[in-house]
Amino acid sequence: MEQGLSQPLVAPSLSPAARRRQLREKVIAGLITLMAFTGIAALILIIIFVAKEALGLFTDAEARHEASFSKMFLAQDVPVGRPAFRWQPVSKVPKVSMIPLFVGTLKTTVVSMMVAVPLGVFGALFAAEFAPRRLRELLKPVIELLAGIPSVVLGFFALMVMSTVVKDFFHFDRPLNAMLAGLGLALAIVPVIFTVSEDALTAVPRSYREASLALGATPWETAWKVVLPAAAPGILAACVLGFGRAIGETMIVLMASGNADVISWSLGDSARSLSATIAAEMGEVVVGSPHYSLLFFIGVQLFLFTFVLNLMASTWTRRVVRKLTGGAA
Amino acid sequence: MKAFLGSIVAGLLLALPLSAQAGNVTVKGSDTMVILGQRWAEEFMKKTPGTKVQVTGGGSGVGLAALQNGTTEIAMSSREMKDAEKQKLRTRYNTTGVEIPVAKDGVTFYVSESNPVSALTVEQLRGIYVGDVTNWKQVGGPDAPIIIYSRENSSGTYVFVKDHVLDGEDYTASAQTLPGTAAVVNAVAKEKNSIGYGGAAYAKGVKELKIKKGNEEVAPSAENIKTGKYPLSRDLYFYLRNKPSGEAKTFIDFALSPEGQAVVTKVGYFPVK
Repeated sequence: MEQGLSQPLVAPSLSPAARRRQLREKVIAGLITLMAFTGIAALILIIIFVAKEALGLFTDAEARHEASFSKMFLAQDVPVGRPAFRWQPVSKVPKVSMIPLFVGTLKTTVVSMMVAVPLGVFGALFAAEFAPRRLRELLKPVIELLAGIPSVVLGFFALMVMSTVVKDFFHFDRPLNAMLAGLGLALAIVPVIFTVSEDALTAVPRSYREASLALGATPWETAWKVVLPAAAPGILAACVLGFGRAIGETMIVLMASGNADVISWSLGDSARSLSATIAAEMGEVVVGSPHYSLLFFIGVQLFLFTFVLNLMASTWTRRVVRKLTGGAA
Repeated sequence: MKAFLGSIVAGLLLALPLSAQAGNVTVKGSDTMVILGQRWAEEFMKKTPGTKVQVTGGGSGVGLAALQNGTTEIAMSSREMKDAEKQKLRTRYNTTGVEIPVAKDGVTFYVSESNPVSALTVEQLRGIYVGDVTNWKQVGGPDAPIIIYSRENSSGTYVFVKDHVLDGEDYTASAQTLPGTAAVVNAVAKEKNSIGYGGAAYAKGVKELKIKKGNEEVAPSAENIKTGKYPLSRDLYFYLRNKPSGEAKTFIDFALSPEGQAVVTKVGYFPVK
């Protein structure tokens, strides 16, 4: 017997108060775990539901004929002078090309990111590094308030107020176009990017700034070359979040883009996005029809896009972190 | 014991649809017709207390789908039932359904008030919407590109225009689609080179185009729509699985009565009789 080396297996007895506390901790931990798993389960169920509804495209003979992959992604044989890629699912011969929808989504999303990323990130840099405290305390809640405006209101604002201004400023032919939709989207995304970036910037340890300033760098150099790179993972996360919102945002695009299924890279032309197509057509589509499955298939694609983007962003973030910490982490 | 339980279950199953029917009519479908249906329901329930009429929208297709699934008694539709939909009714209920026109609506083309063009032929409208006519100059207007507005393809009006104006051809890719007739009217009112379409009841701040037939120009007036002289008038329908009976019949009779048709006029559509 190696008595003395091993501790007795009986736990030290706790006072009743301590035991109660321990029990409470356990219950709380259990509740939190339960909620987390409910969230995960809900997410999985949603994915299964969307995938199941989209599956009709592959199992149903009528749908396979009407919306085959070649019809969705390749050029179609059409009479001279008619476009080869069309989204006209309600037609004698349904035309279900995804290409105009991709182009439209890309156009509006790129415009909105080009506007919102610099605005959001530099706004956050200003607020975190340069703004006097008073201004900063005013700026933050005001921009966060903007995030609370329902997107249908932003869409309506774009449609009623911004459309004429944008059209006159850029000398566009039509008032509803990709530029307008992108700018409307930017209104919705700037607060997202701003808030998350600002949090990332303020989380940079003070010692970094002090070290930089002590070495003789100006405040601008410190902000640009030290604080911004240090907060890069957070800022990237902000941009990815903004991108995800831009690609999935529906109401603003539905109201401001004109929704024409044209393939054109001109920002003065209308654009039809994936998400707006779902919103516009889900209302009256016959449940279980090829068109219905097609709309869910668009949902699956949107999900895949955001998933792949998040994946890419997280690997990139890891690389940046490794570079910044010199491979220590 | 088993037989006893079985009979209880069977009884319950039988009682369910019965209890849903007693003094209760469900009406579902076309968003164009929701206001109309609700006004009818209000007036009807005022006259016959104890009967409940539930009216919900969702769109013509939704209503007709609900009819096929047996979740509504009456489907409202701003378009005729498609063959595929009839086929489904036949396989499931062995009927082709009953169609009852309950009101009329005129589909009107709108242009900006400053546009000198005031009448077009149906062929010219087709040319514009198919994409063959792209400049107002080609139809007697100023030298300016035509900005085309259309409705979403889930709309019954979209299908109506496609069938009756475009002869089933596809809309041009540059046609911009907007959610709702009000949005189309607003867009046309603001853009001087544009054209759009929608129900006659909606035209405010825009010019309604007359339809040229030979030497005659027919305006979308109440009279012309009622007599069918205006070529783009359409019926708004109630669809049922079988011949109406019971509460549903009294409701439909009320909708078709002079009193019910007066409601149609008040809402902005046109009576069928």
